[in-house]
Amino acid sequence: MATLKDATAVVGIGQTAFAKQLPESEKALACRAILAALRDAGIDPGEVDGLASFTMEETDEVEVAKAVGFGDLTFFSKVGYGGGGSCATVAHLAAAVATGQASVGVAWRSRKRGSGPRPWKNTAVQLPTPAQWTRPFGLLRPVDEIAMLARRHMHEYGTTRDHLFNVALACRNRANQNPAAIMYERPLTRDMYMTSRWISEPLCLFDNCLETDGALACVIVSAERARDCRQRPVYVHSAAQGLPAQHHGMVNYWNDDPLTGPAWTAARHLWKHADFGPEDVDVAQIYDAFTALIPLSLEGYGFCGRGEGGAFTEGGALEIGGRLPLNTGGGGLSEAYVHGFNLINEGVKQLRGTSTAQVPGAATCLVTAGEGVPTSALLLRT
Amino acid sequence: MLTPVVDDDGAPFWEHTRRGELRIQACADCGELRFPPRPCCPHCQSFASEWREVSGHGRVWSYVVPHPPLLADYAEQAPYPVVLVELAEAPRIRLVGNLVTEAGARLDSVAIERVRIGARVQVVFDGEGLPQWVLERP
Repeated sequence: MATLKDATAVVGIGQTAFAKQLPESEKALACRAILAALRDAGIDPGEVDGLASFTMEETDEVEVAKAVGFGDLTFFSKVGYGGGGSCATVAHLAAAVATGQASVGVAWRSRKRGSGPRPWKNTAVQLPTPAQWTRPFGLLRPVDEIAMLARRHMHEYGTTRDHLFNVALACRNRANQNPAAIMYERPLTRDMYMTSRWISEPLCLFDNCLETDGALACVIVSAERARDCRQRPVYVHSAAQGLPAQHHGMVNYWNDDPLTGPAWTAARHLWKHADFGPEDVDVAQIYDAFTALIPLSLEGYGFCGRGEGGAFTEGGALEIGGRLPLNTGGGGLSEAYVHGFNLINEGVKQLRGTSTAQVPGAATCLVTAGEGVPTSALLLRT
Repeated sequence: MLTPVVDDDGAPFWEHTRRGELRIQACADCGELRFPPRPCCPHCQSFASEWREVSGHGRVWSYVVPHPPLLADYAEQAPYPVVLVELAEAPRIRLVGNLVTEAGARLDSVAIERVRIGARVQVVFDGEGLPQWVLERP
């Protein structure tokens, strides 16, 4: 059987500036990130024949392709479920390139979430399922939906606010090393965290990701072609999507075990097709729209046992030099929240050895997409 | 306040609550309860369903306390508890709802300190037929 294992590589990454507000349109930002990624790879836009993005991406393939001068496109896909689709864009292109449906793939996300409206404020387009079962009762925002799982995790396993602070702090510390991060010059202290305002108890302000304008892109080609590109190839070692049986989206309250989310499903597939396991991961970029997603993901991806995700964060485990350095560009919590695409590019930087918070000798990296929603994940290696 | 944006599968649930009945969709062939409602049974694939009345007793599985920024009608009552109630007859079926002092009371009518995971609750219905929950031992 054909396999994706190391068949393709990320050979280019690009990004715009990140800010609360950028003047340019999402379309212009998308074009800038894509062209930066192609320049990084040393590949002409006319050679691109595959595209992948998010269903929530508002710039269509047609608009991007004609603006930046792509050639004839033979593969284009969009992945649903918001931030759950980030790694899947790379996974779809890896599959397309590995099977000959495309030869140069570009994945991207451009979003003006900083200057645009908060999606939950739109009462006109609320989906009937599952919103009819949640929103009338004032469970309005993603943070409310995830806080419900966080509270239960605290109750069942003794996870504490200090555990969540460990996550916020690790991300902030890495952002303080990254000049491109929104929180580059803004250190975080435990006192700031513990006295900050609530957003949805038990989650406070610093448990929430940023609201950012920005765009990112990356370029995927075959492993064979990657050897001739400008940058050191970062191979897609394993890739997975995950939509568990009887799953219900971010409000995953109606299955047998709401605390085992899509990460568990994606992880089973991811590790099954990999030559190494969680203990061999040098650095992780784990989707952090909320700090509480990290303990859930650490359990799901097998870095610790069920219920141990909070305790795993103790003793500096997520810092550089710890058991699992986390979100080394600052993540969605402190670098930029662009639906997790910055986590993909940061994973590539780590394996190139060019991160602003480099893990010495990093050779393997896990990148994950949004947990709670149908998700996806990548194992990258040098 | 937001009212439920009902779909075809969910409509019978809300018709029942407007009559003061809490009914959960069940497979008419294999008898399995399922929530949220859907066209066919994930256990036996039957399209035949019925709406089975439940006691309205449950326990708080988890809860959150939203603070602003919120939609205006909710911000005016914040902070308020939102509970997830597991039904006594079917613990895997958990309903999102509000814990209030009595039917139709404000979302913030119960003090936050009174809310506990595991607390026993009973369903009541507000004037619009929206299910709410009261503590069995207030």
